[in-house]
Amino acid sequence: MSKYLLDKFLFTVDRDPELTERYREDPAGTVTWWEAEMANTVLNCIPAEKTTWLAFTDEERRALAEHDHVALFEMGAHPFLTLTLFIALFERDHGPMEYQRAYGKAMEHISMPYPDIAT
Amino acid sequence: MAELAAVIASTHHPFYYRASTATGADRPPFADEWVAKIEAFRETLTRAEPDVLVMVGSDHFHQLWLDNMPQFLVGKAPFFDANFHNEEREFGLPKMTLRGEEDLAAHLLRDGLDRDFDLAFSNELRIDHSITCPIITLRPQADLPIVPVYTNIFAPPLPQPKRFVQLGRAIREMVESWESDKRVAVIGTGHLSLELGGPRQFGEHGPDPEFDRKAVEWIASGDIEGCLAEVSLESLHHPGNATHGFMDFMLMMGVAGEGAKADHVDTLDLFHTMEAYFTWYPNGVPSTGGVSA
Repeated sequence: MSKYLLDKFLFTVDRDPELTERYREDPAGTVTWWEAEMANTVLNCIPAEKTTWLAFTDEERRALAEHDHVALFEMGAHPFLTLTLFIALFERDHGPMEYQRAYGKAMEHISMPYPDIAT
Repeated sequence: MAELAAVIASTHHPFYYRASTATGADRPPFADEWVAKIEAFRETLTRAEPDVLVMVGSDHFHQLWLDNMPQFLVGKAPFFDANFHNEEREFGLPKMTLRGEEDLAAHLLRDGLDRDFDLAFSNELRIDHSITCPIITLRPQADLPIVPVYTNIFAPPLPQPKRFVQLGRAIREMVESWESDKRVAVIGTGHLSLELGGPRQFGEHGPDPEFDRKAVEWIASGDIEGCLAEVSLESLHHPGNATHGFMDFMLMMGVAGEGAKADHVDTLDLFHTMEAYFTWYPNGVPSTGGVSA
């Protein structure tokens, strides 16, 4: 489990408008590129000072590549990050609040306690 | 010494700006009632005639991140730019620049450390909607210098609820011991019951109206002991997965003081969350005009 890295992907893609569009149009390619080039960048350090050990699990890679917000929630990705990014990706294809409600309804089988989001 | 002119606690709803400025078919049916309540709330700050605003909020993974996450942070800078790309994108919030009050920020940091609050600081802080929403609702001219105080209600492990209350009490004492003739308002925003990114999000009401009713009663009556007896880091998961933002209200109860009844209380039941607005006047209600109680 690398909840931190899932959150780092959601955080870095959500805050960069070009990356957000790239992830909407080519999710699998974006995840592959991001894991190879960005996953080990320390955000407050120069590029040469990279982390050496961060990587997704197969299931995490799949969930991101398939835009599977339910699986991300079940893995303990931070729900605010996932929601904010997915609204940016898909709200435009729906009527007012329609996407947000469908997003919640897709998780209606999930009961308390929710997965732990601590990293 | 400085005077604590007002203590204000509020929800921060990022859709207010868009709802209140929308016209014609784009204007939601609840906008007029919402604007009326906000304008009455704004008057409670205007009447206090503040010179400086201490703004308590919580960064939503905009600048502060998991590689280096502070629990409590004071912004000390001459200016604060505000709002981020994704807040403009999702909520239509405008870019803003607010002045900072560095002398008070330095005082809070020094005095806070000496009171055993190991406060982090930032000399280059871009602030988000947890602080700009109350500027938009309460002081839209954005003309007063601020001291931002950020709390971590977002990235566990979180401080305990009692620590928020203790910091609130300390902020009051520190403001009142600031060597200045300024009038200071302390404004903090949080949430009642709230679910974001989970199965209970965006319902017809907040996810837990019973929690909301109790929370408003705790805040309005200053019942810190009753609130602390029922609220824990574990219990806050039940009303909704983003309800830990209620701890910013608990901080503001600490500023207002045990048993301090709010001089202005108002609520608005909106889809997906309840709005709640509170103002206390520690040194008595300002004499000009009337304040709804």
